[in-house]
Amino acid sequence: MAKTPQKRATPQISLLLVDDEVGFVEVLSKRIIRRGMSVTAASSGSEAIQALRRRDFDVAVLDLKMEDMDGIEVLKIFKKMAPAMPVIMLTGHGSENSAREGIKFGAFDYLTKPYELEDLIRKIKEAIGQGGNCDE
Amino acid sequence: MFKKIRLVNPHYRVLMRNIVVIIISVSFIPLILVSSTIYYQFRTSYREKVYAHLRDLVQNHTHNIDSFLGEKLGDIRFLAESFGYDHLSNESFLQEKLAVLQKDYGPVFVDLGVVNPDGKQIAYAGPFKLDKAHYSDAEWFQQAMQRQYFISDVFLGLRGLPHFIVAVKTSRDGHTWILRSTIDFVAFNTLVESIRLGETGFAIILNKEGKLQTTPMSKPSLDTIPAKSIYAEFLENPAGAVDKIRVAVKSDSFDQKTIFVASFLKNGDWLLVYQQQFADAFADLNKTFTITTIMMLLGPLCIVIMAITLSKIIVNRIAQIDEEKQLMNVKVVETGKLASVGELAAGVAHEINNPVAIMVEEAGWMGDLLEEEEIKNSKNLAEFRRAIGQIKDQGRRCKEITQKLLSFARKTDGTVQDIEINEVLEELVALSAQRAKYALVTIQTHFEQNLPHLKLSLSELQQVFLNLINNSLDAMETKGGSLTIESRLEKDRIVVEVTDTGMGIPEANLNRIFDPFFTTKSVGKGTGLGLSICYGIIDKMGGKIEVRSTVGQGTTFTVHLPVTAEDAGA
Repeated sequence: MAKTPQKRATPQISLLLVDDEVGFVEVLSKRIIRRGMSVTAASSGSEAIQALRRRDFDVAVLDLKMEDMDGIEVLKIFKKMAPAMPVIMLTGHGSENSAREGIKFGAFDYLTKPYELEDLIRKIKEAIGQGGNCDE
Repeated sequence: MFKKIRLVNPHYRVLMRNIVVIIISVSFIPLILVSSTIYYQFRTSYREKVYAHLRDLVQNHTHNIDSFLGEKLGDIRFLAESFGYDHLSNESFLQEKLAVLQKDYGPVFVDLGVVNPDGKQIAYAGPFKLDKAHYSDAEWFQQAMQRQYFISDVFLGLRGLPHFIVAVKTSRDGHTWILRSTIDFVAFNTLVESIRLGETGFAIILNKEGKLQTTPMSKPSLDTIPAKSIYAEFLENPAGAVDKIRVAVKSDSFDQKTIFVASFLKNGDWLLVYQQQFADAFADLNKTFTITTIMMLLGPLCIVIMAITLSKIIVNRIAQIDEEKQLMNVKVVETGKLASVGELAAGVAHEINNPVAIMVEEAGWMGDLLEEEEIKNSKNLAEFRRAIGQIKDQGRRCKEITQKLLSFARKTDGTVQDIEINEVLEELVALSAQRAKYALVTIQTHFEQNLPHLKLSLSELQQVFLNLINNSLDAMETKGGSLTIESRLEKDRIVVEVTDTGMGIPEANLNRIFDPFFTTKSVGKGTGLGLSICYGIIDKMGGKIEVRSTVGQGTTFTVHLPVTAEDAGA
């Protein structure tokens, strides 16, 4: 289950994590950081857009349902600002329709909450591998 | 399609009665008004026409007879004025003239005779031995002596045969004589008789005293010799009525209603009476009346039958629509309920997923931290790991539950979509698993793999099968049993069988279980709508639902679902 962290052996993967559930963002950040990636957490769509304006990320993990902005809207903006950045979507919605809609708008993949962290890490790596920054 | 039972409802009976009454009155009133008006008008004008016709007829006949008499008289006058006493008293001359007359007019002139003022016949030409006959006492002779010309009434005369006489008195060269001729009675009678109409029409001629001047053809059924009381009125006051034709309707001696038409002829000496039985004269009218009456009876009969049939159809249709509406209302309510339950479930599922995700993540984080050196040495490490694993497992379980809820409640509308029937059944089985467990029921599934997709409404299918599963569980509630769900392909249909080992359905109820509001459950427990809604849904889909049951052994519901051609090939 637990992999040995690859501390600074390869260039660190930078990840933008967007979810309005603060508790969720906190614990997920900690766990991903522990797995050797750098995480910038945003608790709303607008915060995430501001973060993306400041710098580039290798990958983004985006919750589909947020208070201020719809995940799909945020995704569209992401795709305009950084078309090369893969986006993995998270959804608490049992319905996977909206997640599928996200893929239509250019998302890399989606996961339904709750999920196994390993699945998320694998998808992140797949996404970056596809993007050219192969890590494995 | 129409159930007669519906008309048992008093509401529909009243409705039907009202429709029948309206149709019948709207049809009858104009029919009766129009028919009676037309009949009245027709009868009036027809009567007038018949009377007018009879008048014309009698008038013409009067003219004919008058001119016949006038002609005969004219002939004799011509003879009397053309030749002198010397010629006429010569019997051979008379014979010659009679022959000429008979040649011109046929046997109308029977004989010719010349009579002197004393009444003695001087000369005679004819078939009878009448020379030297003495007429001084004869009525015609006395009348003829007083006037210039005279046509006698019919009398038997010296020969004892009915005849009448045309006589012309001439005074010339110091002589006065009367030239007389006997007119053949048969020829005259035939002329009068020639006016015959219908079955009972005939004419007679009476003299002023009411004595018959003609012999009507005898017919035993006809009152050929009318009683004096009948024509007495015509004979009264003849002077003022000579040119008038009078019509009267009276009963004849046989008590038959008869029309009498009378006209004077021979300057009021004779009366021509034409008579015809009323029924005969108006035979055509009576025939029309009979036909009209039959039509008047048949028409309303048709109207009544039509009104009843039409009202039955209308009321049945209304009853059917009402029933459909009622069912629809129930269905709408049911669907609405399901929809709101679905929305609620979706909301709950979503709200729960987020906290569960955090819990799972936190547990994961704890697991991460257990890898730290200092904790690794703790003697409770294994127990920590087990506890964290348990949290993760239970989180996963929460997710499964919410997903089932969501997938069931996702859509409660009739949107048609591609459906994998086994998936739907699997989902429903999972959803019912808990209830089955409590009811001590084991659920078995036999699904044929790779079934073609169905193009139907998911929520409706879910509703149907959930209903069937719930019914089966209800049937086995008391003592448990086994529920078998089977799917297979038969030709172009997917057949799903839901079989339970419950109490079964009595045969008497089997025919009624799909009827709305039919339930054997106690009041408040069942609406009696479940199966009828199932039936409605499956019927709408073009499939069918059947039931087999044995009391004490169990029940099988078989649902046939149509596979559209394109999918069957896929």
